[in-house]
Amino acid sequence: MEKIRFLKNNANQMRRLIVEMLAKAGSGHPGGSLSATEILACLFFEVMRHDPKNPGWEDRDRFHLSKGHCCPALYAALALNGYFPKEELMHLRCLGAKLQGHPDRRTPGVSMASGSLGKGLSVALGMALAGKMDKKDYRVYCVMGDGEIQEGNIWEAAMAAAHFKTDNLCGILDYNRFQIDGRTEDIMNLEPVVNKWESFGWHVIECDGHNIELLIEAFHQAKGIQQKPTLIVAHTVKGKGVSFMEHVVDFHGRAPTTKEQEIAFKELEDIERDESQL
Amino acid sequence: MEKLYARDLYGQTLLELGKKDPRVVVLDADLSGSTRTAIFGKEFPERFFNVGVAEQNLMATAAGLSSCGKIVFASTFAMFATARPLDQIRNTVCYNNCNVKIVATHGGITVGEDGASHQAIEDVGFLRPIPNIRIIVPCDAWEARAAVLAAYETEGPFYIRLGRSKARTVTQKPPFELGKGQTIEDGRDVALVACGIMVNEALQARDVLKEQGISAAVINMPTIKPVDEDLIVRMAERFGKIVVCEEHQVIGGLYSAVCEVLARTRPVRVAAVAVDNKFGQSGNPEELMKHYGLTPGGIADKAVNLCRQTSGN
Repeated sequence: MEKIRFLKNNANQMRRLIVEMLAKAGSGHPGGSLSATEILACLFFEVMRHDPKNPGWEDRDRFHLSKGHCCPALYAALALNGYFPKEELMHLRCLGAKLQGHPDRRTPGVSMASGSLGKGLSVALGMALAGKMDKKDYRVYCVMGDGEIQEGNIWEAAMAAAHFKTDNLCGILDYNRFQIDGRTEDIMNLEPVVNKWESFGWHVIECDGHNIELLIEAFHQAKGIQQKPTLIVAHTVKGKGVSFMEHVVDFHGRAPTTKEQEIAFKELEDIERDESQL
Repeated sequence: MEKLYARDLYGQTLLELGKKDPRVVVLDADLSGSTRTAIFGKEFPERFFNVGVAEQNLMATAAGLSSCGKIVFASTFAMFATARPLDQIRNTVCYNNCNVKIVATHGGITVGEDGASHQAIEDVGFLRPIPNIRIIVPCDAWEARAAVLAAYETEGPFYIRLGRSKARTVTQKPPFELGKGQTIEDGRDVALVACGIMVNEALQARDVLKEQGISAAVINMPTIKPVDEDLIVRMAERFGKIVVCEEHQVIGGLYSAVCEVLARTRPVRVAAVAVDNKFGQSGNPEELMKHYGLTPGGIADKAVNLCRQTSGN
């Protein structure tokens, strides 16, 4: 229970930082960052083996954010882990900043850049193959967006990962059901998404992507799957935690104003208070 | 004179590197028999991955492997190694400065009978603007081997373009040096700067020109990026005119690279022997070279014209 409380608390802190850094930057992608918050909180504060003092540690679990535009969530997780001082977050997207608009290797904790969609699962596959080759027991985690899996490269990688039996690879689909132009079902339907991945040879686990207990359980189950990669289909809410951002497509790629930040902070404080009283 | 498949030496060189260095990993996209990476794959199946007909996955997976300390060679035909996965090369391989060596075979118009869809004559142009990548177009099998070894020893992304057909050996052991051109034959009147199989054509053009009383120097310029600026400027100062010969579109390749250097250093007349903004077609390599003017006669004509145009200056 203590562990769950700790993870929830970190997710809440991440949300505040995401809203704050984006309001400061004046541009960026809050919707998908807020939908992926629990996923990243679980990975960076519980599931993954990593060392903020040694970002290049050979035996670390690998993390690759294929949906690179949601890097505010990653930056918040890295800062709270101590990869770099929290003050860096307030320079997001500024000239010369460590924190670029999309992930870049100049950021401690980011080993491969991303941003142009659809390539991350292949990158993660390469990392997984290297781990197998070197007989290392690290795992590779790759977070993908739902709109992103409309890219053909994702399916090339999905086919190959099953073919090469990379059971050390775990994909996470942040299934918030929105992309820039609208609802995924209207723009380019992904369903039946579970059947698609299963038919490609993946083990698929579905869960509520904001439920820490279920996410931890899913990651745990994935570790036990042999001979095939696992995809966690995390059902999420775009803009989760901020009422006026939830399910609002406009906040895919628009930063909150200072005024909106204030309202968001109040709401997030309320959530924290409610949770601490549980 | 000896004629060899550059891709044969590529396969053998990979095998050697594989034996000496366990970090060497090879990827192919369903063309391992033609590219000769199968030679490596047979000996080291645990370090060889055939990803099937999926070039985007080929390049991005190569990048992922390299991020874990592997030296990755990724091969397929030049057409599919560049245009199809250009985003993966630009945003994943090059932006991350990955230790990925793209060694493409079947480059150029001499891929022949398969026709325009398979004739990579824009490949160098696709890649040349991208930071971090080094681009080499070797003139023969031995230089191909030297280029592969240089790529292995040098950290960062490479593109090495090999042909399909046997290439005549220009020099048995060319002193290949990354980023350097070399004067193979000296001359007095005009410089013929060439890469790939056009080096051999330029050498023959030199003989044609000699009969017409023109003395041409022949410069082999295997590294297109970073191109040997010093040598190009020296040639411009010495001859005042240059003919660039390449099995590539006139836009984007060696001709462009030479002109870019000279436009800001020592502007002189530069003629091109290249494919003139056209698609190719089916035919045997020799017929195609003739049809598109990539011949000793074609080079000689350009050189003669250039000498006439500049003689009044």
